[in-house]
Amino acid sequence: MFKPSLPLRFLAATLLVMAFTAGQPAFAQDANATDAATAVMTDATSTDEKDTTRELSAKEKDNAIAEAETITAYDAQKVRGIAKPWQYTYQPAGSPVMAHLVKLHNGILVVITIITIVVLAMLIYVCVKFRAGRNPNPNRFAHNTMVEIIWTVVPILILIGIGIPSVRAHYQYTNNQDIIDNPDMTLKVVGHQWYWSYEYPEHGIAFDSNIVPEDQLKDGQPRLLTVDNPVVVPVGKVVRVQMTSADVIHDWAMPAFGIKQDTVPGKLSETWFKAEKEGIYYGQCSELCGKFHGFMPIEIHVVSDAMFEAWVAGAKLKYAANDQFQLASLSR
Amino acid sequence: MSYATTADHAHDAHHTPRGLTRWLCSTNHKDIGILYLCYAVFAGLLGAAFSIALRAELMYPGDQIFNGNYQLYNVFLTAHAFLMVFFLIMPALVGGFGNYFVPLMIGAPDMAFPRLNNISFWLLVPSLILLLASAFVGTGEARGVGTGWTVYPPLSVVDGLHKGMAIDLAIFSLHLAGISSILGAINFIVTVFNMRAPGMSLFKMPLFVWAMLITAFLLLLALPVLGGAITMLLTDRNLGTNFFNPAGGGDPVLYQHLFWFFGHPEVYVLIVPAFGIISEVVATFSRKPVFGYLGMVGAMSAIGVLGFVVWAHHMFTVGLDPDTEAYYMIATMVIAVPTGIKIFSWIATMWGGSLRFTTPMIFAIGFIFLFTLGGVTGVMLANSAVDVTFHDTYYVVAHFHYAMSLGALFGVFTAFYYWVPKISGYMYSEVLGKIHFWLFFIGTNLTFFPQHFLGMAGMPRRIPDYPDAYAGYNYWSSIGSYIAGAASIFFLYIVIDMFVRKRPAGNNPWGDGATTLEWTISSPPPFHSFETQPDYSKVTEAYPSAHH
Repeated sequence: MFKPSLPLRFLAATLLVMAFTAGQPAFAQDANATDAATAVMTDATSTDEKDTTRELSAKEKDNAIAEAETITAYDAQKVRGIAKPWQYTYQPAGSPVMAHLVKLHNGILVVITIITIVVLAMLIYVCVKFRAGRNPNPNRFAHNTMVEIIWTVVPILILIGIGIPSVRAHYQYTNNQDIIDNPDMTLKVVGHQWYWSYEYPEHGIAFDSNIVPEDQLKDGQPRLLTVDNPVVVPVGKVVRVQMTSADVIHDWAMPAFGIKQDTVPGKLSETWFKAEKEGIYYGQCSELCGKFHGFMPIEIHVVSDAMFEAWVAGAKLKYAANDQFQLASLSR
Repeated sequence: MSYATTADHAHDAHHTPRGLTRWLCSTNHKDIGILYLCYAVFAGLLGAAFSIALRAELMYPGDQIFNGNYQLYNVFLTAHAFLMVFFLIMPALVGGFGNYFVPLMIGAPDMAFPRLNNISFWLLVPSLILLLASAFVGTGEARGVGTGWTVYPPLSVVDGLHKGMAIDLAIFSLHLAGISSILGAINFIVTVFNMRAPGMSLFKMPLFVWAMLITAFLLLLALPVLGGAITMLLTDRNLGTNFFNPAGGGDPVLYQHLFWFFGHPEVYVLIVPAFGIISEVVATFSRKPVFGYLGMVGAMSAIGVLGFVVWAHHMFTVGLDPDTEAYYMIATMVIAVPTGIKIFSWIATMWGGSLRFTTPMIFAIGFIFLFTLGGVTGVMLANSAVDVTFHDTYYVVAHFHYAMSLGALFGVFTAFYYWVPKISGYMYSEVLGKIHFWLFFIGTNLTFFPQHFLGMAGMPRRIPDYPDAYAGYNYWSSIGSYIAGAASIFFLYIVIDMFVRKRPAGNNPWGDGATTLEWTISSPPPFHSFETQPDYSKVTEAYPSAHH
C-alpha cells in the first residue's frame, strides 16, 4: 500500500531546511562587506621612515636594540592568537578577513548541521516505523517523480544560498586585489627547511626566525610556537605579504588572521592582512616540508605605530649585519 | 560462450584445479576475488597498525614512540595512506567483491579476460613488496618515503633525507599497482558490456554492477595521468629532467595538477563501489526494490564525471588565479546534489519497507549517516575562502576519514557481512557481528570527530608533535583508534569463528529481499557458475520481486 503522505513529509522536511537557510544572517545581503573593504583602504597612511641621517653613538645603538627587544618580549597577557585547551571554535578573529570567514563558516555550519540532523531523524524514523516487527509486509513502490524533483531542486537552492556569500567572500576578502595592490607596508616571507626568513623592504630590515627549543623557553612561552625573532607589524595597517621558498614547499599560516598561503619555490605568492588588535599571534607551517615540518612556527607581534617605529629603529641596528640581499631568497 | 561445451568435453571444462595450481595460476574470478580479499585484509591490518602507531605518538604532547625520529613518523603516515588507499580499499572493493560478484550478478560464467584478471592480482604482490622495501632502503635517518602519499616535489626531489632510492621504489610500486588497476578496469568494462545474460539490459543491472562499471571508467581515465606524473618525477630525480624544478624552467604546481587530476577521481574509486553495496544491502533488508533506480545510476555517473573537473580544490592555498579558484569552488559544491540524491534515495528505499537489522544492514545505515556527515564537511571545505582556515589542518583529516574510514571501510564491512555467507557457505555470528559494528562505530567516531575541533583550533596535519593546547582531543582521538584497532582484531575472530562453527548458509540466507542472481546459486558457488545460463528476458526491472 502506498502512503500518500510520503511526498508531503519530504516536502515539509526540505522546506524546513530552506526556511532556516533563508533566516541566516550570513546569507543576507552583506552590505557592510564592501564598506569594510574600502574603509581598509582609505585609512591607509604611508609609513614614514625614521630620520637616520645622524650617526648614533654606541650607547644609543644599544639602547635602541634593547628597546626593540623589549617590544618583542613575551608577555602572556598579550597573547591573543593561540589555541586554548578543549577549544571547539576558531581562534578569536584578529583581522577583518578572519572575522568575515568566521561568520561565513558559522552560517554554513548551521545549514549543514540541520541537513545532518534531518538525515539522522529520517533514518531513525524509518528504522522505528518500518522495522519488520511493526511492518511485516513491505510496500513495493520504487518511484515518485515529485519527491525526486524536490530532493534535487532543494539542495540546488541551498547550494546557491551557500555559494553566493562564498564567492563574495572569495573576491572581497581573501583575494581582494585592490587591497593587495595598495598596502601600507610589505612583508616578504621566505620558507626554508626549517625556519622562516623575513624582509621589510621599505624599512631595510631582514632576519631569520627560528624556533626556540623547548629547554630555552622562558616565562611560560608556548612550546613549539615560540621563535627567536618574531615578526612585528603595526596595528590597523594593511600588510601585503609576498612569499616564496628557498627549497621545498612550505605554507605560511596564521589562523587568527585567516591566512594560509603556500610558499612555492620559483613562484611569488601574495596575500594580505590587517591586524585589528595589538597582541601576540602564533601560527605553524602548514605544508609537509620534511623532517622538522612541525618545528617551524610563525610568531607575529602586533604593536602600536609608535612601538613599531621604535622596533624598526632598533631592528635596523640589531639586524644590520644581515644584508637583505644576501638572504637565500634573492641570492638564488 | 565458454560454458557451452559439448558433453564430450564436459570433463575437461569442469576440472577443478587444486592446491598451488588453483591459487597461483587461477583464472577463476571467484578464486581471484578471494585472493584479493585476503590480500586486502593483510594490507589493511598493516595499514591499521601504522595508524595506531601514529596515534600512539600523538596521544600526548612531546615524543612518545618515535623518539624524535620525525622522518620515521612521516614514513609511517605515508605508508598508512598508501596501504589504505591502494592495498586495502581498492583490492577489497574492486578486486575482491567486484571480481567475485559482478560476473555472478550479470549471469556471466567468469570475467571477460580471466588471464588478465590473474595478472591484475599478481602485479599487486610485487607492488606491495616494493612499497614495504622502500621503508628499508637508505642509511641512518634517510630511509623510506616521508613525503605523504601526494609525493609533492620539490620535497620528493631535493630533500636531504630523500636522496636514496626509497621514493624510486615507491614510484615503481605505484606503477605496478596502476597497471594492475588499469588492466582490471578494462576487464570490468568488457565483462559488463559483453557478458551479460540474455535479457540483462544495462538498465536491469544491479546497482553494484553499475557502480563497478563507473569505477572502472574512473580508474581507466585517471591512473594513466598518475603514471605520467610519477614517471616525470622519476626522471626529475634520476635523469636530470626539470619537469617540476623551477630552476630548470619546471613547475612544482604542475605536479599537483597532475596528481590531483588522478587523486580526486581516485577518492571516488574508493567510495562509488561502496555506494553500490549500500544500495544492494538496503534493498535486500528492506524487502523493497531500490528507490529511484535511474536517479541512482544518474547520480553515480554524475559523481564520476564531476570527479574529473574539481581537482584543484585540493590546491586552494597554492596561489591559483582567483577566478580559477572560484570555478573549482562552484564545481565542487555541485557534487553535493547527486550525493544528496543517493542519500535520500536510500532512505526512501527503506521508507515503507520491512526492515531487518542484520549486521550488514546496520553497517549500511551507519554508512548512510556517517557519509552524510563526511559529505557536509566537504561542502564547507569546497569554499575556497573558508578552506583557507581548514586546509592542511585536522579538519581535513576528519573530513576525509569520515568519507573513507567511516564511509568506504564501512562499505567494505557491509559487503563482507552481506556476501561472506555466499563466498564461504557459512553464516557469521550475528551477535558477534553486531558487537563488531558497535566497537568499530564508537572507535572510529571517537577517533575522528574530535579532529574537527582540532582543525578549527588550527592544528596542522602531518606534525609529529603539537602545541600543548591540542592535548585533550588528541588523547581521546588516540583512545578511539585503539578501540577501532581492537575492533579489527575482533573482526578476525569473527572470521575464524565462522569457519570453525560451520553454520550452513544455504543458497539465500537473506530471504525474499535478496533478488539478485548470486542468491540463486549454491553457497559457496560452484567452481563454474551458471551451468545453465540464467534468462533475464522475462524480467522487467532491476530488482525483480521474488513474488513474481
